[in-house]
Amino acid sequence: MTLFSFFRRPRQVHSADMAKERLQILLAHERSDRSSGPDYLPLLQKEILEVIKKYVQIDSEKVGVKLERGAEMSTLEVNIELPAAQAAKRNQAAQPARHAFAR
Amino acid sequence: MAKIIVVTSGKGGVGKTTSTAAIGAGLAMRGKKTVIIDFDVGLRNLDMIMGCERRVVFDFINVIQGDAKLKQALIKDRRLDNLSILPTSQTRDKDALTRDGVEKVLKELRDEYDYIICDSPAGIERGAHMAMYFADEAVVVTNPEVSSVRDSDRVLGLLSSKSRRAEKGEEPVKPHLLLTRYDPARVAKGEMMKVEDILEILSIPLLGIVPESPAVLKASNLGTPVTLDANSNAGKAYVDAVSRLMGEQIEVRVLPPERRGLFQRLLGRPA
Ligand SMILES: Nc1ncnc2c1ncn2[C@@H]1O[C@H](COP(=O)(O)OP(=O)(O)OP(=O)(O)O)[C@@H](O)[C@H]1O
Ligand SMILES: [Mg+2]
Repeated sequence: MTLFSFFRRPRQVHSADMAKERLQILLAHERSDRSSGPDYLPLLQKEILEVIKKYVQIDSEKVGVKLERGAEMSTLEVNIELPAAQAAKRNQAAQPARHAFAR
Repeated sequence: MAKIIVVTSGKGGVGKTTSTAAIGAGLAMRGKKTVIIDFDVGLRNLDMIMGCERRVVFDFINVIQGDAKLKQALIKDRRLDNLSILPTSQTRDKDALTRDGVEKVLKELRDEYDYIICDSPAGIERGAHMAMYFADEAVVVTNPEVSSVRDSDRVLGLLSSKSRRAEKGEEPVKPHLLLTRYDPARVAKGEMMKVEDILEILSIPLLGIVPESPAVLKASNLGTPVTLDANSNAGKAYVDAVSRLMGEQIEVRVLPPERRGLFQRLLGRPA
């Protein structure tokens, strides 16, 4: 909200239309979340990380997951900070051992 | 056999207790034997709204726990022969509402009454769940405001997944939208969502539109269901809603809030 929108006449804003639009977008998502089981996001994040960890060693702390819900489409943004190239190579070599350890 | 109707909303303070009392009284006025039950354990209020708070001896929880007979806890309304109230406990907590206990009480009431109206507490916790679990129909009380509409949608989801009917795979609980505290003047100015918008969002049939009305506070001061105030627009709206609940097809009318205060009239706003 800008300073100007604060001063704009309420008549022009039609806040009721904003309310309707916001509800339509939100409820469409909440309904589909409900039918696809509660809170799949944490699990999704965990599984994405597991797949990536097969190839690159990453620090779980350095992962950001953001969800932006829109009317036409939503975006799931996964930001992963990859380690420097050298470190990645070393990890590849170490991989079999890590697997054995994990078991 | 009685129809069990839950009056629910998710969001607090939207008018469930007011509506339970008004609908219960309206049904009784139409000759239907009706009992209204307070499920808001710990915050009992239906007795006050009905004006029978000083006649409460035993309550719903006493009956569930076997400390009193159902007949001893039921309070007969002094104005309407067909209406009884089952008050709740003020001292217990919601854990006292066991599913088996509630079922037993409802079973006993079912043979005696035409309608059982359950006043749900706010929220979606145990009390609200118990109030809706055995329902055949649901009156979803909604204010024309974003958080209320969102919570109504949530409650509709629960009705279609967590009710007895849903769990048994029976015909789903039949939902009705009761829009309360509606102000057509604010709708006209684009400040409040209109009834069509809310119907489009929630897509359930409309039971009625109750205007924002000073008659509601007055009725609660007196301990009288607002339906008995036949001249008030809120009273009229509830009479219409009751007719629809009984399956009659009547036209929807959007009643204005009654006369504004002197101050607003001096300002020349439309009455
Ligand atoms: N149509 C209306 N016009 C004006 N005031 C109203 C209207 N309906 C309800 N109210 C007021 O709103 C307040 C809350 O009403 P009520 O107690 O019926 O809500 P509730 O949903 O049962 O609340 P809770 O969730 O706490 O049980 C009361 O003060 C009541 O007088
Ligand atoms: Mg209440």
